Amino acid sequence: MGDVNLNKADDVILTMKGIDKSFPGVHALDHVDLELRRGEVHALMGENGAGKSTLMKVLTGIYTKDSGSIWYEGREVEFHNTHEAQEAGIVIVHQELNMVGDLTVAQNIFIGREFKKGIMIDDKKMIRESRKLFDELKIDIDPKAKMSDLTVGKQQMCEIAKAISHKAKVIIFDEPSAALTEKEIEDLFSIIRDLRAQNLGIIYISHRMDEIKVITDRVTVMRDGAYVGTLITDQCTKEDIINMMVGRVIYEDPKTKSAVPADAPVVLKVEHLNAGKMVQDVSFELHKGEILGFSGLMGAGRTETARALFGADPKQSGDIYINGEKVEINSPEDAVKHGIGYLSEDRKRFGIVVQKSITENSTLATLDQYMSGMFINKAEERKITERYIDELSTKTPGPDQLVVNLSGGNQQKVVIAKWLVRNCDILIFDEPTRGIDVGAKNEIYKLMNRLAAEGKSIIMISSEMTEILRMSDRIVIMCEGRKTGEIRIEEATQEAIMDKATRDIK
Amino acid sequence: MTKKKSIFTQEVIVGIIVIALYFIFRGISADFGKYTTFLTLTDISYYYVLMAIGVAFPLITGGVDLSIGTGLICYALAGGYLIRAFSWPTGLAILVSILFGVAIGLANGVLVSIMGLPPFLATLCTCMITRGLGSVVTGSFAVPWPTAKQDNGWFHAIFKMTIVTADGKMKFPLGLVWIILLMLVMQFVLAHTRFGRYTIAIGSNKEAAILSGINVKFYHVMVYAVSGLFAGLASIAYAAYVPTVQPGTGAGMELDAIGGAIVGGVSASGGYGTIYGTVLGAYVIMLLKQGLPYIGLNANMQQIITGFVLIGAVVIDIIKRRAIR
Repeated sequence: MGDVNLNKADDVILTMKGIDKSFPGVHALDHVDLELRRGEVHALMGENGAGKSTLMKVLTGIYTKDSGSIWYEGREVEFHNTHEAQEAGIVIVHQELNMVGDLTVAQNIFIGREFKKGIMIDDKKMIRESRKLFDELKIDIDPKAKMSDLTVGKQQMCEIAKAISHKAKVIIFDEPSAALTEKEIEDLFSIIRDLRAQNLGIIYISHRMDEIKVITDRVTVMRDGAYVGTLITDQCTKEDIINMMVGRVIYEDPKTKSAVPADAPVVLKVEHLNAGKMVQDVSFELHKGEILGFSGLMGAGRTETARALFGADPKQSGDIYINGEKVEINSPEDAVKHGIGYLSEDRKRFGIVVQKSITENSTLATLDQYMSGMFINKAEERKITERYIDELSTKTPGPDQLVVNLSGGNQQKVVIAKWLVRNCDILIFDEPTRGIDVGAKNEIYKLMNRLAAEGKSIIMISSEMTEILRMSDRIVIMCEGRKTGEIRIEEATQEAIMDKATRDIK
Repeated sequence: MTKKKSIFTQEVIVGIIVIALYFIFRGISADFGKYTTFLTLTDISYYYVLMAIGVAFPLITGGVDLSIGTGLICYALAGGYLIRAFSWPTGLAILVSILFGVAIGLANGVLVSIMGLPPFLATLCTCMITRGLGSVVTGSFAVPWPTAKQDNGWFHAIFKMTIVTADGKMKFPLGLVWIILLMLVMQFVLAHTRFGRYTIAIGSNKEAAILSGINVKFYHVMVYAVSGLFAGLASIAYAAYVPTVQPGTGAGMELDAIGGAIVGGVSASGGYGTIYGTVLGAYVIMLLKQGLPYIGLNANMQQIITGFVLIGAVVIDIIKRRAIR
């Protein structure tokens, strides 16, 4: 992509300088810089949680920055909402499409700013204008078609057309290719090239190394909310980028040696698991007393694998063996019967009943054990809850406390208690420390290690590299629905994991 | 943070309102204070309260059951018709009415839980179906159940017993005893059985309940079956109160029952509710409905006032929830 004059500083359309943003407990952006030129496709890369999306949200006015400045077309700007950013010509094409499926293509493109004829909406004009846009982009979509009848790729094209119709000068693509087929990606790229030729500035967020090489001119890498550096794509290798993405110092002690003997019995064996696009032919084994880390980038299919295994989502095929015996798991009910417990990444939605007490949550999966005849034995229920409050050192005034009043770490302990009460031998922790502060994190880690030492087997899905390296005995790496590698902790390095987690250059 | 427990829960406040309303009406209208009025009021209240107890369960799951009003008429018609046209014994006819209610409840449950229809829609459909079905069963004729004086009219005594005292005969509203008993039993079911716990869990966080390995589909069906069962029971109370059951009526009665449950503190968005609150709330609605005419306000005024009372109850619920989140 050598046709951009990278030395022409006056071609800069957008500069973000020293952007700082904190949320309670998290320093999300730490003095981040970004420079975008006219006629440039600029990749923004980084691991999950590196701060890419936050930075883009600051740019488009969804978040307000704490400090720093944004210069756009030569003057300092501050947008207070996406509408203001759009008016100025900065638009974002989201990964999740914001389309109203039941409206037509044209109605979607002009939603919120419909042309009017008197008090009536001028549909004909909207269709005409849409057609003009599509001609400009050289894409073939009927403006009168219903949005939900289009493929995801075509819907994305409509999103782009909508962006351009705002007279955009800067377009941000947030993982645009995630849901597209190869052919659709090619179409997308030819549109992006056209837009570049028209001197627009384009920010391209993606995890796919091959695409970065093909379509972008420069790459800015972020890590843990901080700016790492900017490279010229043509002059760097995949290794360069990965090193910048992961090159952090790990303060917490990483596990260097697995404590699990090589001949520990296999408690769970999954063979050729298939569940939709996100889980393709996944096989792995889990040993007794082991913590098996599942690493990968956002959308790698790790949670989907866990949900399919747990019976929460339907699977197309695949065999599951527990302690050597083949089992049928078609619902969470089946999974729980076979001693599997799942701790969801989204605790509030899937894990706990926030407005109920610790007691009610603790026995939710085991109520049948606390029945005397037809009735719940509330004394027994309370006793077991108190025992686990004690054992997990959950901080609460008592078992009657509503879960909503607990901190994130203590809520997580309530979910753990739920599965321990159930006597589950296989625990799936999906992002066990998400939204939990550092001190409580350590406690959860200690607890997981203790459970493993006591003979429980743990699958830990984590997007945090430090967590994976600190906790796992063995690491399974996934990328786009497939298992791409398996590393013992003794051989694991950040680079090796990231290399397998990103798609290779073809 | 510790949980602060105030004795002035919505249930207690509603209880006070019930008592206050009764004595206000008595104070204004001498007629209202008569024992016969009291008897009539209790007679009318039974089927409302029974419907309210039943519908509290779907409401607590975050759903609703709109089929109980027309359903009640349909079940009463079916039972009465068996007695009139085929000379069935009253006991058997009562059983059929109740089981009919359970069957429609199960159908609602299957539509909501297994087929995934929104509760509003599913029960609106069965509301229409039961309304038509009642007329079809009887050939559009009104059906009188046996009166209290007839031999096979013994079931009236379930609700209104005649007792002999020193100064002659006296009627005693025995139904109140049953209502209180059922209230206690169903409150116990809600608070102390698996079914009750899961009903609340479905309303609070259905996903979490599913992922805890609970057979949510089954319990969700049962919730509607309970609602149907109580609509069936209500049909008997209704048959004991009215001289004849008219086909095509009943629409709107469910709204009074639902309103009663919500006034009594059942959360309109699911996850919380008590049965004693529900019963008290139903009595608030019932007292407004029957009492306001005694103090010179017509039926239209009563509708308007009931509407405002409901808004008040829902606003309180929303404020409570906001405080929790």
